[in-house]
Amino acid sequence: MYNFLTGPMVWITFLVVVVGLTYHVVTYIRGLDWRLDRVGYRPNMQYGLKGAARSIFFWLLPWGSHGWRAKPLFTLLFFSFHIGLLFTPIFLEAHNIMLKDSWGIRLPGISTGLADFLSWVVVIGGIFLILRRIAYPEVRILTSAYDYLLIVIAVSPFLTGLIARYNVGNYDFWLLIHIFTGHVWLLSLVFTRLNHVVLFFLTRAQLGMDYGIKRGGMKGTQMTW
Amino acid sequence: MPEGILCNKQPIVTDEQLKLTLGDKSGKQYYAEMEQLDVDTDKLWSTIQNTMKSRLKTWLNICAKCGLCADSCFLYECNDRVPEQVPSYKIHATLGEIVKRKGKVDNAFMRKCMDIAWSWCTCCNRCGQFCPHGIDMGVMFSYLRGLLFSQGFVPWELKIGSGMHRVYKAQMDVTTEDWVDTCEWMADENSEEWPGLEIPIDKEDADIMYTINAREAKHYPEDIAEAAILFHVAGENWTMPSEGWEQTSLTLFAGDWEGCKQQVLHVYDAIERLRPKRVVGTECGHAHRATVIEGPYWAGREDGQPPRPYIHYVEWLAEMLRTGRIKIDPAKRIKEPVTLQDSCNYVRNQGLKNITREIMSYIVEPGYFVEMAPNKEYNYCCGGGGGFNGIGKYRPQRNIALLKKREQILATGCKLVVAPCHNCWDAIRDLEEEYPMGLRWSFLKPLVIKMMIVPDHLKPQDEEGEE
Ligand code: SF4
Ligand code: SF4
Ligand code: SF4
Repeated sequence: MYNFLTGPMVWITFLVVVVGLTYHVVTYIRGLDWRLDRVGYRPNMQYGLKGAARSIFFWLLPWGSHGWRAKPLFTLLFFSFHIGLLFTPIFLEAHNIMLKDSWGIRLPGISTGLADFLSWVVVIGGIFLILRRIAYPEVRILTSAYDYLLIVIAVSPFLTGLIARYNVGNYDFWLLIHIFTGHVWLLSLVFTRLNHVVLFFLTRAQLGMDYGIKRGGMKGTQMTW
Repeated sequence: MPEGILCNKQPIVTDEQLKLTLGDKSGKQYYAEMEQLDVDTDKLWSTIQNTMKSRLKTWLNICAKCGLCADSCFLYECNDRVPEQVPSYKIHATLGEIVKRKGKVDNAFMRKCMDIAWSWCTCCNRCGQFCPHGIDMGVMFSYLRGLLFSQGFVPWELKIGSGMHRVYKAQMDVTTEDWVDTCEWMADENSEEWPGLEIPIDKEDADIMYTINAREAKHYPEDIAEAAILFHVAGENWTMPSEGWEQTSLTLFAGDWEGCKQQVLHVYDAIERLRPKRVVGTECGHAHRATVIEGPYWAGREDGQPPRPYIHYVEWLAEMLRTGRIKIDPAKRIKEPVTLQDSCNYVRNQGLKNITREIMSYIVEPGYFVEMAPNKEYNYCCGGGGGFNGIGKYRPQRNIALLKKREQILATGCKLVVAPCHNCWDAIRDLEEEYPMGLRWSFLKPLVIKMMIVPDHLKPQDEEGEE
């Protein structure tokens, strides 16, 4: 089992993720329709690209957009959660060693202390996201079981990784669960709403283009929506 | 009953049908028929499949259900923050359900969607600025309105409004004859005070072609006269078309996309026919949005631009004040606290936020202009947008919607509001009627006319003699 999950399954998962996400990007762009969307993408590409870049940039910057500033605490929670979620698996020393063993590449690693810290951020962040969904009526009404499931999927590799690393219980068992949830995590990027890992950039770019082209951009007003 | 006599899936295209529907006092029979109207679920689903492309589809799918859009919506705020008013919830409970059920929804559900689409959202597009994924509910609600319209589930007034456009090429029953007469009458009426004042109709190759909101022709002809006076004083070479003068589009509020296209083409045809250097539209936000911002797309113009440069009234006025073609008498500037309503339709939707402030800087004594908070592209809808003002059925909801604007204006401490948008102007008028607070409100034209310096050669001769 261990050998399968760290061997062929890695290939399968990576392949599915790459192909799946590419598919999302391509179908999104192909499905744009200047007439129905009422945005003249092509003839005004210059304005559009500027608007798109602006929109993505300011929303990737903590407190960069008006929207983020309107909810400063959530923004903090949101950014730390996502930074932990994305940075830890990529730069974790143990992952890098495996990468080196199988593919011969190696990314700069982060210290165990930092990795632990970031994983804790993800776990605690996930708990807060769940609590927030329960506590606020305006979020509760939007929430279904699926939303909780997604948080569980996102957090579980981190939680299991921490358990394994602290040697709580049976190490081999928790390592296996960690690897398994890691695969689920990656595959979810394609098959669940976690596809926002790429679609975020596209929908943001799309509204950015809209603003850059007809909602002010061509009138020379930059709006940091 | 599959289709009613008044409430059905066909848009109104004849004068007869229009009169018949109008004759139904406040839509009593119309709404009764609506309760029996069948939903053509197959057509609904095929329309969705043909028109719902990646933008809307992805928006529905990607929504993180994070609720960050909640506070952005003034309707959520002024309805005691009930969670049902959260923008994301509103759209998922309506459009989202229709899509999930592949169009298999019943009459009661469609009526619920109608209530939400027209009385829980003014398509003000504010929420789109607060969503991390850039999901714009205003756009989605416009789309939902289109679906509802095509199935006959549209408020009575807007069914009539769309019919007016289709029958009279205007949101009101103003014929070409009425229109030309009104212009002549206004020119006559003011010619004594303004010697040489003209309202030139169908002049070719003028510098400016002016277009208006049909309400001006029908109920506020003095607005046309005021525009004429200002063009006259500025020395503009201008004209108005006998056909294609109506710049608004109730079809836009109604979700009648075919009607939208027809209406905007009347105006574009006039532009092609008269070949003005540029076009100026009146102080109406939704008219500007319809003809200048969205219109080119309805008309199928790939570059998203009208056939000639087409500017909003505030752009023209700012230019005149900047270049001194209209001069303000400093002694007559506004010397009381005054605030400015930013219209969603040309501020949030086209970025014209600084130009109105430039105008304020000329007409208000320094120190008296007070900003609302929030303002510019973050301003809240006046509460009357998206057709809300005109729908009798939703008057109670509309009156609640006015409360946000009330709160904003009260906070400025101003009694005077400059509202360069017909809808906003109406909403603020109704606000004063519903919740009296001693407000006054004004378009720009009458203010500027009162304050400008009239060059001697434009003054009446005898008056000059007396001086
Ligand atoms: S802010 Fe955007 S992603 Fe979040 S619930 Fe609202 S629409 Fe959905
Ligand atoms: S478009 Fe405006 S009214 Fe409609 S949901 Fe968004 S903020 Fe509310
Ligand atoms: S009526 Fe005025 S404030 Fe309301 S949506 Fe229209 S432009 Fe905005």
